[in-house]
Amino acid sequence: MSTDYLEITKLHVEFDGFVAIDSVDLTVLQGDLRFLIGPNGAGKTTLIDAITGLVPATGSARYGSTELLGRKVHQIVRMGVGRTFQTASVFEDLTVLQNLDIAAGFGRSPLSLLRKRRSVPPEVEKALTAVGLESLALRPAGVLAHGQKQWLEIGMLLVQDARVMLLDEPVAGMSHEEREETGHLLKRIGADRTVIVIEHDMDFVRTFADSVTVMHGGRVLAEGTVAEIQADERVQEVYLGRSVAAITEEVG
Amino acid sequence: MKRLVPLLAYLLLAGALLLLAPAILTDFRLSLLSRFCTFAIVAVGIGLAWGRGGMLTLGQGLFFGLGAYVMAMHMKLDDAGPGGVPDFMKLYGDGKTPGWWEPFRSPIVTLLGIILVPAIVATVLGLAVFKRRVKGAYFAILSQALTAAFAILLIGQQGTTGGFNGLNGFKSFFGYAVNDPVNRRLIYFLTAIILLVILAGMAQLYRSRFGELLVAVRDGEERVRFLGYDPANIKLVAYVVSAVLAGIGGALFVPIAGIISPSDVGVVPSIAFVIGVAMGGRTTLLGPAVGAIAVAWAQTSLSENFPSFWSYFQGGLFVIVILFLPGGIAQLPTMATRLRRRPKPPADPSPIPQPRAAEPRAAEPRAAEPATTSAPATGAVA
Ligand SMILES: Nc1ncnc2c1ncn2[C@@H]1O[C@H](COP(=O)(O)OP(=O)(O)OP(=O)(O)O)[C@@H](O)[C@H]1O
Ligand SMILES: [Mg+2]
Repeated sequence: MSTDYLEITKLHVEFDGFVAIDSVDLTVLQGDLRFLIGPNGAGKTTLIDAITGLVPATGSARYGSTELLGRKVHQIVRMGVGRTFQTASVFEDLTVLQNLDIAAGFGRSPLSLLRKRRSVPPEVEKALTAVGLESLALRPAGVLAHGQKQWLEIGMLLVQDARVMLLDEPVAGMSHEEREETGHLLKRIGADRTVIVIEHDMDFVRTFADSVTVMHGGRVLAEGTVAEIQADERVQEVYLGRSVAAITEEVG
Repeated sequence: MKRLVPLLAYLLLAGALLLLAPAILTDFRLSLLSRFCTFAIVAVGIGLAWGRGGMLTLGQGLFFGLGAYVMAMHMKLDDAGPGGVPDFMKLYGDGKTPGWWEPFRSPIVTLLGIILVPAIVATVLGLAVFKRRVKGAYFAILSQALTAAFAILLIGQQGTTGGFNGLNGFKSFFGYAVNDPVNRRLIYFLTAIILLVILAGMAQLYRSRFGELLVAVRDGEERVRFLGYDPANIKLVAYVVSAVLAGIGGALFVPIAGIISPSDVGVVPSIAFVIGVAMGGRTTLLGPAVGAIAVAWAQTSLSENFPSFWSYFQGGLFVIVILFLPGGIAQLPTMATRLRRRPKPPADPSPIPQPRAAEPRAAEPRAAEPATTSAPATGAVA
């Protein structure tokens, strides 16, 4: 249990001289549902991009004892580190079932790839139930509503049994009920995994976060429980560019 | 029902090729049809690489040529007899058979070569191209440039490849006289059956997990990467299979046409292959093969009657298909049904995904994010 954690040290990402991530340290333990918040452009997505190999970075990002930086995207996934995207990206021409089946399949032998899928693999079945898309299994993913696509993406990580899940704004654009459901799903998923969720909505964060990291201008501004974060003056100053009064009112 | 229509179409095609065509066509027309069937085999491969895999292979002439020249070398050596020297080498070359020709005296090496030479060349090219993430128009242009280079190389080596004239004047095909009408019918049946077997195999491949994966790579290469696959490998397999099919088509073309020359393998035939596929419907199983045969047939009949008219017609047809029928002829039935049934306004499927009350996004859209990213939120069904 204790080897299962994500440890980021001195992470640094630059785009043509613009420093998007500036010496970030971050440790997330298994079972600690971590929320990552911060104003637009704070570098939240870029942090996930760096961990998952999408953008080059210096410093270190270790999962247990393995260094993730410098590896190829698909190798990082194979080590159990999965992510979703801010704009849901599923294979629209393929059915929900096919999407999940593909996600389940990176370990398949070339020969088994040449065969037709005859039954639904058990892990796909489980993920379908977990994200509540059973009744839509045979529909093309393109017809799903936005929230359902996000669930499908989470399901794709579940079938992979990703040990580290990095979710970029999974509840953005969802209705209130959908958010609640997703929140509970995240709680369940997070119990035995290392999960980072990026989110803006403080109500949602308050309800479901175990701990919170606040980013601003590429740096970690504060870290702690929801209560600690809300009490932090610097956070109140920068977060979402709102006035201290507005924040206190909302928190109050 | 959904499975029945393709099966019926397949059986129709099989019936047309194996029963109808031999019964009603003259020997001359049947021999033309055999030639078109070899193009259809190439087209099936393009359907896989382009229609399913999203790789616009504008250079299949290269692999068609490799398969064809391997076969032609064997037939030349066979005609020359054991230890003999092919006739044209005595004229243009140094009167000796070059070392790299010798292995193809053996029929078994030849059959293996028809498969392996295109496969190996495609593997080397594919690895170089896909691992470097060359795609889109760059891939298309690169594959076409290689074909052009191949044709030029052939022209330059008159002593060993026959140069501009290519290899021709064959007498026998694995011991059967190529000009005998009965044998020509046999070659027709052989070609048609190979085409049908390849189509059946392709149907299986499209239904397999690999087929689903290939579509996923086509629609979201980056996304597939984030599911733990290296898309380069998946594309490579599809590309190599399409190259092998082009090679088989080329090899069968030689005994039927009686000649293979640089003008059969260069840029122009490479584009013609793709046009047939586009017209037939590149994403469907039978579309590419039927399209290839139809276009080749139209070309022959039109240029018989209006010799200089064909290229305009081909260009015009191509533009019409690209503009109005991006799915090719295969799209026509669905278009027809859609026109007949008046579209009902769809029951609003999106449970009000309201954009959240946040400031306008600064960092979007981002080039590094997967290409699949669909328009988020509103009305997913159109
Ligand atoms: N590929 C890139 N090239 C150049 N600049 C980039 C790139 N990706 C991100 N940036 C910049 O880095 C900064 C951090 O962006 P990032 O997307 O990580 O912010 P974010 O915290 O996820 O914001 P949001 O809440 O809007 O999603 C922004 O200023 C953005 O413009
Ligand atoms: Mg972001």
